[in-house]
Amino acid sequence: MTFINYASREINCKIVYYGPGLCGKTTNLQYIFDSTAPQARGKLISLATETDRTLFFDFMPLELGTVRGFKTRFHLYTVPGQVFYDASRKLILKGVDGVVFVADSQEERMDANIESLYNLEENLQSQGYDLMKIPYVLQLNKRDLNNIVPAEDLAAELQRKGEPVIEAVASTGQGVFDTLKAVAKQVLTELRKG
Amino acid sequence: MADTPILLREQQYHRIKAVLARLRMDSSAKVVFLVDKDGQEIAAQGEVANLDTTSLASLAAGNVAATGGMAQLIGEKEFPTLSHEGEKESIHISVVGRLLLMVVFDDRSSLGLVKLRSKQVSHQLAAMFEEIAAEDYDDDSPFAGITDEDIDSLFS
Repeated sequence: MTFINYASREINCKIVYYGPGLCGKTTNLQYIFDSTAPQARGKLISLATETDRTLFFDFMPLELGTVRGFKTRFHLYTVPGQVFYDASRKLILKGVDGVVFVADSQEERMDANIESLYNLEENLQSQGYDLMKIPYVLQLNKRDLNNIVPAEDLAAELQRKGEPVIEAVASTGQGVFDTLKAVAKQVLTELRKG
Repeated sequence: MADTPILLREQQYHRIKAVLARLRMDSSAKVVFLVDKDGQEIAAQGEVANLDTTSLASLAAGNVAATGGMAQLIGEKEFPTLSHEGEKESIHISVVGRLLLMVVFDDRSSLGLVKLRSKQVSHQLAAMFEEIAAEDYDDDSPFAGITDEDIDSLFS
């Protein structure tokens, strides 16, 4: 839920990166963290297992700049992608302002993408949100691999409502900031509507 | 549709800060925070200069959300208070409606005192926040006149 503080002249929004296990959600955040000036971001908190799989969430606050005299801060979260962490995923969606769905472009991950997207719709609903109405971006990640589904086929399967579709290679940063920009823009546009 | 934004006005912010300052003094705590259940920090009082309050707020919310999830699995509505006692520093969190009141304290205070004082201000904070949440966003949004150029300028 967007939080506007007149005293500190700050606006805080929450963006959640969702997607199947190992699709690159944490890699998106890690790239943003590595390529942002330290004064514009806080710590990257990772609640991960010993093998670096996300256990609960990753979190990173990012300051984008000033709009109408208000500092805009985005709180970026990832969810754990593995199927059995569903209870945690639901919790992290609480108070969300915008969602990025990170799809894994590899052929063998198509079913996992579809299952995760269905799970996103269901979990949003359980928190009182509607995917069709919430700021939302579809990122097609891992476009640098060999065994990938053509982007148009992937989009045809996964696109839900004419949301922006961005091809990415999160490990090298390709498309990472375009994705963030696309979702942040929608979140701020929602604020204009009130 | 996302939730309606919460607007915290300057006067309300200072009122909340005053309540937190009193709680901090009465409970001999190091830091007192008020955090939204979604992880947004609302206000803090105390020795925060070397503390990453943003991360602390987010983790406190995650902590309460996780234990709340556990509560529901065993048939409880929620666990209204959480305490974490360390060797030197401890944390006490109480759920106040949609807020979390977090107190960080050391051996200058005690869990009993912190619990008692937190409970005493809970109703006051809950009432203040209800008033804040009930404000009409549409009437006075600084973002109603936001332009595409304003938004684009953030990314240039």
